[in-house]
Amino acid sequence: MKLGAINYSELTDAQRLAVKYFVVAMALFLAQMLFGVLSAIQFVLPDFLFGVLDFNVNRMVHINAMVVWMLYGFTGSIFWLIEDESGVPLVGQKIANITFWVLTAAVAVVVVVFLFVQSGPGEQMTLWLINEGREYIEAPRWADIGIVLCMLAIFYNVCGTFLKGKWSGISGVLVLDLVALAGLYLAGMFYTTNLPMDQYWWWWVIHLWVEATWEVLVGCIMAWGLIATLGANRRIVTTWLYIEVALMFGSGILGLGHHYFWIGTPEYWLGVGGFFSALEPVPLVAMVVHAIYDAGRHSFRSNNHPALAWLIAHAFGNFLGAGVWGFMQTLPQINLYTHGTQWASSHGHLAFFGAYVTIIVAFIYLAVQKLRGDVWMSSRLPYNGFLWKGSLLLTHVGMIGMTIALLIAGYEQAFVERAQGGSTWAAYFAGQTQPWFIQAMWWRLVFGVLMTVGVVMLLWDFLSIGAGETRTKLDVRRDTAPAIEEDSGVGATETQSA
Amino acid sequence: MTSAEVSAPWWASEGFWRKCAIFVTAFMALVLIILTFHTLVVIEAGGESGRVPAYSVINHRIGFEFDSDRNHAVPTIGPLVPLFGEVLSEEDAKALVNHGKLTVQARNCMNCHTILGNGAYYAPDLTKAWLDPGWGNEQARELLMTMFLTDPVANKRTFGTNRTMPNPKLTEDEVRGVIAYLKWMSAIDTNGFPNGFTPLPQDGPILEPEEVVQ
Repeated sequence: MKLGAINYSELTDAQRLAVKYFVVAMALFLAQMLFGVLSAIQFVLPDFLFGVLDFNVNRMVHINAMVVWMLYGFTGSIFWLIEDESGVPLVGQKIANITFWVLTAAVAVVVVVFLFVQSGPGEQMTLWLINEGREYIEAPRWADIGIVLCMLAIFYNVCGTFLKGKWSGISGVLVLDLVALAGLYLAGMFYTTNLPMDQYWWWWVIHLWVEATWEVLVGCIMAWGLIATLGANRRIVTTWLYIEVALMFGSGILGLGHHYFWIGTPEYWLGVGGFFSALEPVPLVAMVVHAIYDAGRHSFRSNNHPALAWLIAHAFGNFLGAGVWGFMQTLPQINLYTHGTQWASSHGHLAFFGAYVTIIVAFIYLAVQKLRGDVWMSSRLPYNGFLWKGSLLLTHVGMIGMTIALLIAGYEQAFVERAQGGSTWAAYFAGQTQPWFIQAMWWRLVFGVLMTVGVVMLLWDFLSIGAGETRTKLDVRRDTAPAIEEDSGVGATETQSA
Repeated sequence: MTSAEVSAPWWASEGFWRKCAIFVTAFMALVLIILTFHTLVVIEAGGESGRVPAYSVINHRIGFEFDSDRNHAVPTIGPLVPLFGEVLSEEDAKALVNHGKLTVQARNCMNCHTILGNGAYYAPDLTKAWLDPGWGNEQARELLMTMFLTDPVANKRTFGTNRTMPNPKLTEDEVRGVIAYLKWMSAIDTNGFPNGFTPLPQDGPILEPEEVVQ
């Protein structure tokens, strides 16, 4: 085996599959960026592509590409760690491969239909074949059914593999979380005339995904990632994972109520939603403490610097984007003014980036390292690691810039449209034509383009990092301080199943 | 046995937190399920709570007035002012509203507009679209809404933003359905959202119940 060259033979079958998921995820990530930039241009130059690719089409592709690529990233990460964590080869390798191709073909068809058919007559047929018209889960019903079948197949692979091999705390949480994650999707697969009823269940999917089950899923991935990059102590990592699950589900399940303030649902949701969603940042603080503790305990001595940097970015980004930015507007007294303004979009951007983009990027760095034959990816990289550091910087500067610009626009909207203007359409447009709002939208575009450049650099780094490297990976288990010599390292050591 | 196992007090032990995770998750899920059963009854269209109106509310004048007990505005259901001058049965009203909702979903309206505050922020919120003062007055509203939805490019009102609504090429029935859906939507009790909203003047002719043609 030659170090620094791409070498699939070192990967397990499940890891080869994971690479496929990561490739599609990154292609969709780039698509998300491009359609986001198109939408941002339309905010400042509304005639741009008018009648060809209208704002609603661009924005739909922007958010759906994101949801799908994140699911691909999670699936890839799970396939990447599963054989190591369970100690046995993947169960149902053939089905797993077929699932990947079926899912990818379905995604491609949905995207083509979104772009070229766009919408249909006001009939059930449109919801089944073209577009369901419900934000984030626009995929037509046929695709919903396909997605559920694919999820079941993936669940069979994951659960079957752990049943055959070893169970650990991480895999136990992972499997139970996947059941909830797949089951929740069913709540979004029906039609009703009653709008409050529609939005009630719609939020079960959106909220209980991104503010509960996805968070726990990345908790599992993070736990494994810390063991893999730092050689962190499995007992400590697992205990933290349980703490996070307790706090995350303890606050996030009833935190769902913060979406039930203004949609026709009863008044008790103001109290329930306000209280529990205000607690949602707590587990995210725990995650920061836990990641920084582990990194500090190991003196930031990791075998994969880019991955560790993105894991730390995840801890902070999750806390700031999902936690702080969410908390800012989660109390009903404030949300009455901010609900449905750019404030929400500011929160959405930083939260999805901080909580999910970061950790998937970290995981892909782990994958790239092994793909290059377990090369050195710690300090003293060629050109001082210009690409990974530059892309880390640019994506973060771009995202934080967009978030601040949108936050200013949101403040302005809350004041001018809601507090002063009385929430009429005239008040809405008075807000939209305010110079502060217009300037904020230009800054959002500038930072969005900057972030896109960062993402292109990141993808370039994925393709080039470690090429021609002659040093092998730093052995964190051997080289770390004596206090963690007893660490079990990567690979489960817990309950053995028969 | 590792030193961590020996030294970990009960409150920092893996077993304690595993139990906590399971118990807390189960308890919160149970509470959510109980609240869901209650909420689903409350938000039935035409249910006793009155939070979500029956579809035949489109036969009436809808208002939005300050309620001193709740300290915010709530929808009010006034005298008969039927949509398009035609009193509909609950069944027919539901069919019309349903056609409107299907159309709003099929044309992907939510990726520019917000509906009950949810959606995209490129175009105004539709929660109180039916009551917006921009329509002038009660008598002009239906005609203006029909004209706008039939050709939003020719009848564009961009208030200086130059953001034009693309023509969704609605059929006549779809236009009527969308307007019925928006009228019904404006009667949903949203706990005072959107804040501070005052509807257009509604003082046009009303229909006495005995005038209704059966």
